[in-house]
Amino acid sequence: MNTPLSWIKAYVPGLDVTAQEYTDAMTLTGTKVEGFVQMDKNLDKIVVGEILSIERHPDANKLIVCQVSIGSETIQIVTGAPNVKVGDKVPVVLDGGKVAGGHSGEPLPEDGIKIKKGKLRGIESCGMMCSIEELGSSRDMYPDAPEDGIYILPADVEVGSDAIELLGLHDTVFEYEITSNRVDCYSVLGIAREAAVTFGKEYVPPVVKETGNNEDVNDYISVEVKDTDLCSRYCARVVKNIKIAPSPEWMQRRLAACGIRPINNIVDITNYVMEEYGQPMHAFDLDLIEGKKIVVRRAEDGEKFVTLDGQERTMDSDVLMICDANKAVGIAGIMGGENSKITDDVTTMLFEAACFDGTNIRLSSKRVGLRTDASGKFEKGLDPNNAEAAINRACQLIEELGAGEVVGGMVDVYGKKKEAITVPFDASKVNKLLGTDIPEEDMLKIFERLELVIDADKKNITVPTWRQDIERPADIAEEVARFFGYDKIPATLPTGEATTGGVSFEYNVQHTAMDIAEFYGFCEAMTYSFESPKVFDKLLIKEDSPLRSTVVITNPLGEDFSIMRTTTLNGMLTSLAMNYNHRNKNVRLYEVGRVYIPKAQPVTELPDERVQLTLGMYGDGDFFDMKGVVEDFLEKIGVTGRIVYDAKSGKEYLHPGRQANIIYKNTVIGYIGEVHPTVLNNYDIGEKAYVAVLDMPNIYPIANYDRLYKGVAKYPAVTRDISMVMPKEIMVGQIEDIIENKGGKIMESYKLFDIYEGEQIQTGYKSVAYSITFRAPDRTLEEKDVTEAMNRILKALAGIGIELRQ
Amino acid sequence: MENRLKALREEALSKIETTSTLDVLNELRVAYLGKKGELTALLKGMKDLSAEERPKFGQMVNEVREALEVKLDEVKDKLSKAALELQLKTEVIDVTLPAKKKNLGHRHPNNIVLEEVENIFVGMGYEVVDGPEVEYDYYNFEALNIPANHPAKDEQDTFYINNEIVLRTQTSPVQARVMEKGKLPIRMIAPGRVYRSDEVDATHSPCFHQIEGLVIDKNVTFADLKGTLAEFAKKLFGEQTKVKFRPHHFPFTEPSAEVDVTCFKCGGKGCRMCKGSGWIEILGCGMVHPHVLEMSGIDPEEYQGFAFGVGLERITLLKYEIDDMRLLYENDVRFLKQF
Repeated sequence: MNTPLSWIKAYVPGLDVTAQEYTDAMTLTGTKVEGFVQMDKNLDKIVVGEILSIERHPDANKLIVCQVSIGSETIQIVTGAPNVKVGDKVPVVLDGGKVAGGHSGEPLPEDGIKIKKGKLRGIESCGMMCSIEELGSSRDMYPDAPEDGIYILPADVEVGSDAIELLGLHDTVFEYEITSNRVDCYSVLGIAREAAVTFGKEYVPPVVKETGNNEDVNDYISVEVKDTDLCSRYCARVVKNIKIAPSPEWMQRRLAACGIRPINNIVDITNYVMEEYGQPMHAFDLDLIEGKKIVVRRAEDGEKFVTLDGQERTMDSDVLMICDANKAVGIAGIMGGENSKITDDVTTMLFEAACFDGTNIRLSSKRVGLRTDASGKFEKGLDPNNAEAAINRACQLIEELGAGEVVGGMVDVYGKKKEAITVPFDASKVNKLLGTDIPEEDMLKIFERLELVIDADKKNITVPTWRQDIERPADIAEEVARFFGYDKIPATLPTGEATTGGVSFEYNVQHTAMDIAEFYGFCEAMTYSFESPKVFDKLLIKEDSPLRSTVVITNPLGEDFSIMRTTTLNGMLTSLAMNYNHRNKNVRLYEVGRVYIPKAQPVTELPDERVQLTLGMYGDGDFFDMKGVVEDFLEKIGVTGRIVYDAKSGKEYLHPGRQANIIYKNTVIGYIGEVHPTVLNNYDIGEKAYVAVLDMPNIYPIANYDRLYKGVAKYPAVTRDISMVMPKEIMVGQIEDIIENKGGKIMESYKLFDIYEGEQIQTGYKSVAYSITFRAPDRTLEEKDVTEAMNRILKALAGIGIELRQ
Repeated sequence: MENRLKALREEALSKIETTSTLDVLNELRVAYLGKKGELTALLKGMKDLSAEERPKFGQMVNEVREALEVKLDEVKDKLSKAALELQLKTEVIDVTLPAKKKNLGHRHPNNIVLEEVENIFVGMGYEVVDGPEVEYDYYNFEALNIPANHPAKDEQDTFYINNEIVLRTQTSPVQARVMEKGKLPIRMIAPGRVYRSDEVDATHSPCFHQIEGLVIDKNVTFADLKGTLAEFAKKLFGEQTKVKFRPHHFPFTEPSAEVDVTCFKCGGKGCRMCKGSGWIEILGCGMVHPHVLEMSGIDPEEYQGFAFGVGLERITLLKYEIDDMRLLYENDVRFLKQF
């Protein structure tokens, strides 16, 4: 929404503020000014000149030398413009003045262009005659300006006077961000009303007088609304003996300042009233309306209709149409039809000002694929009471501009009249909500200015129908707050019952994970939660894998963002690949992020959102470095029992011989492994990469930050080393299982200290050596205690084919 | 014997005095005072003396012993110090040689900012809570006073799973979920991911983060909202930061406001970052709409409260002067290691 300050001032005559003051104050009362353009910002020393004589330039074919009167004196100007003649009055920028832009209409330079006295091909030129583009505007906004030439001013203007004033360019155009609840502010009058209250000035809206001749509009047209749910009001008036002509200068200037191109008096009046009242209107050529009848009805499914831009469009039964006795003549609230549009030959016309259902217009406009200024206003849900005011204003302008003869009366199909509502008011409750101490009389003053009518016992407020945003006391409190001033409301801190606040246990576990990962050199990554279904193939995930059952987005931004991830690996590998591609060395990344596991297909309830700790790395480090990160994390969160690594984890995307499920007390809490070479290849990662993924919902229950002091050992330990030879396939985890299970209570710890394959060891075998420490907390161990424990261990080892090395 | 003792004393003292190493010093100690040392030998010779002479001579020997011991200690002390000094001299290192660093990882800038925000609010008694990202339409819209066909639903460019389930477009549904539990008073923040169908570019991402805040109690006022957010802005952006509340509209709050803070780069003078205005918009807020309270089963006649929503990425980008939002989701370590 844009408005020129001059138009606002027309209804708030006392308004005397700078553009910046206006911007700041309006923004603080809720009509946010996004920015403003001072149209004369770079226009300086530009006056009306009259061309007294024109001679050819002696040395240049395309230049002419003009003697131009600027009132006080006559100056010589050299120009290349083809369109000037003796007697023309033109805008002239004098020596030392400034224009906004060049003559070809290229983007305007920030500080304009300075004009200085100079010589053109040897002949002195003391200024410049200006085109409309040089004045910072365009032919769209000044339709009377010539193409590629000097702007010619009307013959009756005074020589030497301010040309910028004459062109209406001493004005500032404001651009607003109007919130969707303030439908009334999508109009000049609505904004003027807010400005009047904001600055404490009088609001003087246009006085709309009765219009029309002695005829009766009902003799010209009848209106039937079939779908009253979609059209709450339809007002129609008729204008005959139309004389199409340009609209007056003032109207053109106001429309141009709002960014609307002036066309002719009828179109301009329609647009003018739409801007002024916020009520879109439509004009039909009445001679093209068959049967003297307007019918408002839903379209047929598949009905074709050609809009006035010449496009054929397809309707459906939820689109509301404006029809005559035989055919559709317009899409209600969106665009009129080609078959009834106003042309220069029009003699009689039908004005429509209606109120259509906002939601229906919004959805129809989307489906039909056509959004117009009118639909943009209708879709916000207009006040039906405004339609009558607007159509009468338009007819008044028709008469004032002499654009035609208005027929008496108005056809008004208005089912259930929209009445003003009342809202209870209690000043103490307003103050209680705001935390203020505003006297009731101050509130009442605000209401009065806003045309909110308080009843005699000051208990209820009648809200005018244009204020659709005011429905309950909280809305009244907002009105008080806005005009009392948000900035004047004190700043306090909540009192009342104290709360302890804090973070959850899960949050702490996640943050421990983050700290450990960072200690090990992993940087935190963030990746998207949605991805392409193609990632499953990229990760070699089997067709029947449950990971392929996903939460699917029905309106994604494209296939690449169409499913909610069920594994975090794609995000991690994509990020590693990006780093690899950028030649970053030794990259380590981690992410704490969710996967979204549907409970069933089709998805009817919310999926299981599981937080995953994902670690990924390439460069320095291997499987066991990654395993160290996992174990240090688990140790830090108090997981003290034995972590089991099951190599039979069956992950397609990992190296079949270098992967494991991470198991704690029979629950798989995650997995770890080297990324499968084919997957690495799919992601264009040219080095071995390792990943570990921990399923946090399975970690939280086993995490524990409580610690108990156990005392330091008082009695000496006994250590026994054993060296074993065994087939390569046996994993040391099996030995550790046995030590754990058979060592008894006195087994304190064990440590792998040597592992060897090669010379002196039979092919297919390896040598492994462990150091086992025994200790009792309450006594010095005796030889036989240790021997018994060792015998149990050795016997069990022998049971799985492991022999002590001789 | 006396003469021998005197001579021994002089000789020993002189030798000890001129000794230059601790080893030699130790040898001298043994040579004179040891079990087979010279002084001991003299003492042994005492048996040849008369009974009257013996005590006197014994005393003399002891005096000599004491004198030698004092001297030995004195010289030992001197030599030890010299030796230590020499050792320290030879151990001089070049302290400007490179450090041996553990290559620490770095937290994501979004999370650094988030943790700051969380700490500020936890300090004010807020609980950090969580909610689902794949959310029922009801919680994301209806419970927040955005009924079916409300234009705000279109404005927010929602991703749909089906008619009832969406990717949440805001963290506000957590408000409704917490209120519904009915445990009052409430002071909470809910950070998390939200989704809107915006194409990826320098200032948009279809997936980003918000931090929702909610306080419900019997006497929570708009003034409290102002004070709370002013405090928050000061703690996050610096003590000198000022806030400006502008009226705005959100369906789930009334009255509503948008909040600007003085530009943290220029301090409010106007610069490129704040587009010359001196202010930067950082969040939306307001008093919880009475209908929203009603829908969650809270009596608006008894309870009132405020809510606010902060865009995390916006603050991260501004705070670190990051000029392209895509950097936050690319995970290039050359980017991540700067934080």
